[in-house]
Amino acid sequence: MTGSGFGVGRLRWHWFAAFAAALLLLPLVSETNTPTLLAIWALFALSLGLMWGYAGLLSFGHAAYFGLGAYTYAIASFNIGESTAPLLLALLVPALVAAIIGAMMFYGRISDVYLGVMTLVVTLILNRFMNATAGDAYRIGNARLGGFNGIPAFPTLNVPGDPGEQIYGTPYYYVVVICLLGAYLLARWILASSFGRALVGIRENELRMELIGYDVPALKTLIFSVSAAMAGLAGCLFANWAEIVTPSVFSLGQSAEVIIWVIVGGLGTLIGPMLGAAVLGSLKIALGSQTTVDNSLVLGAILILVVLLIPRGFAPALVAWRRRFASAQAHRRQARGTRRRHVVIRDADA
Amino acid sequence: MDYAAVVVLEILYMIAFLALISAGLAVVFGMMRVINLAHGELVMLGGYATIASSKAGINIYVAMLIIAPIAVGLIGLVVERLIVRFLYGRMIDTMLATWGLSLLLIGLVTLIFGNSAVSVPAPIPGYQVGRYQMGGYNLFIIATSAILMFSMWLVLRYTRVGLIARGAMQGADVVAALGHNPKTIYMVTFTVGAALSGLAGGILAPLTGLLPSVGGSYIAKAFITVITGGAAVIAGTLSTAVVFGTVNQLVSFASTPVIGEIAMLALAMVLLRLMPQGVTGRFFRSST
Repeated sequence: MTGSGFGVGRLRWHWFAAFAAALLLLPLVSETNTPTLLAIWALFALSLGLMWGYAGLLSFGHAAYFGLGAYTYAIASFNIGESTAPLLLALLVPALVAAIIGAMMFYGRISDVYLGVMTLVVTLILNRFMNATAGDAYRIGNARLGGFNGIPAFPTLNVPGDPGEQIYGTPYYYVVVICLLGAYLLARWILASSFGRALVGIRENELRMELIGYDVPALKTLIFSVSAAMAGLAGCLFANWAEIVTPSVFSLGQSAEVIIWVIVGGLGTLIGPMLGAAVLGSLKIALGSQTTVDNSLVLGAILILVVLLIPRGFAPALVAWRRRFASAQAHRRQARGTRRRHVVIRDADA
Repeated sequence: MDYAAVVVLEILYMIAFLALISAGLAVVFGMMRVINLAHGELVMLGGYATIASSKAGINIYVAMLIIAPIAVGLIGLVVERLIVRFLYGRMIDTMLATWGLSLLLIGLVTLIFGNSAVSVPAPIPGYQVGRYQMGGYNLFIIATSAILMFSMWLVLRYTRVGLIARGAMQGADVVAALGHNPKTIYMVTFTVGAALSGLAGGILAPLTGLLPSVGGSYIAKAFITVITGGAAVIAGTLSTAVVFGTVNQLVSFASTPVIGEIAMLALAMVLLRLMPQGVTGRFFRSST
């Protein structure tokens, strides 16, 4: 699937520090509402990019875990009030659901297209179910599921231990950015560990990993679960940003969009999906504020062109171009060197 | 008694509906291992072609049975030449490119026809079963779907074209060695698949109002029916359409349509878990 040079990659601390500083200093020069949303989308894209790009598992319905995170937070915060436990639950519930579904799929040796259908079906079931939960019969504790209209006005994130002190605006942006950076570091740490290297091994040659003695289904289930927890965190942050959750978090469109972000940004990198989400997300917001060109027309055209022209996405393509440029320069330097030597030799002959 | 008749008719209708919307996708997937995620949008285009031409004064049956498949077949031909032919053998890339195409088509249709629902009245009046009022058009859908499946089977089984098609399905290189160009076969197959999707869209147009985004409600069901069915085009589609249609309607009658659909989706998961290669990967192996 990928050639040499696209293994796990490594963390370049100076780039990370510069990137983190840029994100943390952004509120000085811009408003924070849109950047918060973009950072949440970047986290969602990172969760899929980790699983798809490194373990080779494409989930066609990653919105299921995003939405589960959002709904879990909303329901739990109505019942608990203080937001720390709901936040943790929003990570745990998607991770647990993904572990169960993942174990069912991976121990059943389900792969590629069939994996796609399975994950898609889970999302569809959740979407249909949540759409049909209107009325008083559907309530969990104090929270009414609300069907098509969703759950509005739940208590948003507060300073841990102090339910009266809610976090919104610029401080909330910092919370989101710290979650994003933390998730990035976690992903880097996973990839640098032997677990991460085994995942890349599975991506490259599953049978060989199996024969070496790795428990392939267990590793797949684990990364699926980790990725789902990350998506759940993104969903929970999204719920707090939007201050309402509706069944549209489970929609087919939501699942499609995150796949587009990852593939356009670059499969097999971590920075690619995040940048893809940020760039395409801002494009979507910009397109949403005008009416001459239809939003999905542009997104669709981009996806087709990227698949046809740069199937590995922008980030790997850029790296490959830079490498080719560097090696071409090295060749030229070398060629110039030999030519000079030739001249010298000919001079000596003469 | 009347109630039983209604239930049976509704089950038959659901089976016909699933078979109809899956036929185009099944041909393309079964023969080329290509998953066309723009399938729902091709169905949607068939619907718009029908409504547009019936608004222009053409007989509704001509519009849905002739114009819709031809128009959508031509669109399929263009799509195959411009996009899909570069991606054969790359399953995930094809899925993504056709997903992009599906978004593109939704955008295009929204630009042309606007984002409001259009519809055309059903040309067959309803009838009475005891105390129950039934849609007469459903019977037409059951009949056309049955005829369509039967004629597809006849073509694949008893004609020279069908023989070549089945050959290409089992071993493309052998067919190529015997002098048939696989590229042409793929092109024709994709066009035929698109035409079948257009036909489905045309036939279903009077039943459901049309929106540019209506394809989304077909693609998931068609996708599940075809993949769970496995590689055999007709046996696979029919067997899963029968199982899913029956379960969906029985559970719907026992509870609510939403629960019925959820039951169908859950059953798809169970079937795929038990038979990872689809139903025809295990049963009906020598079928078409």
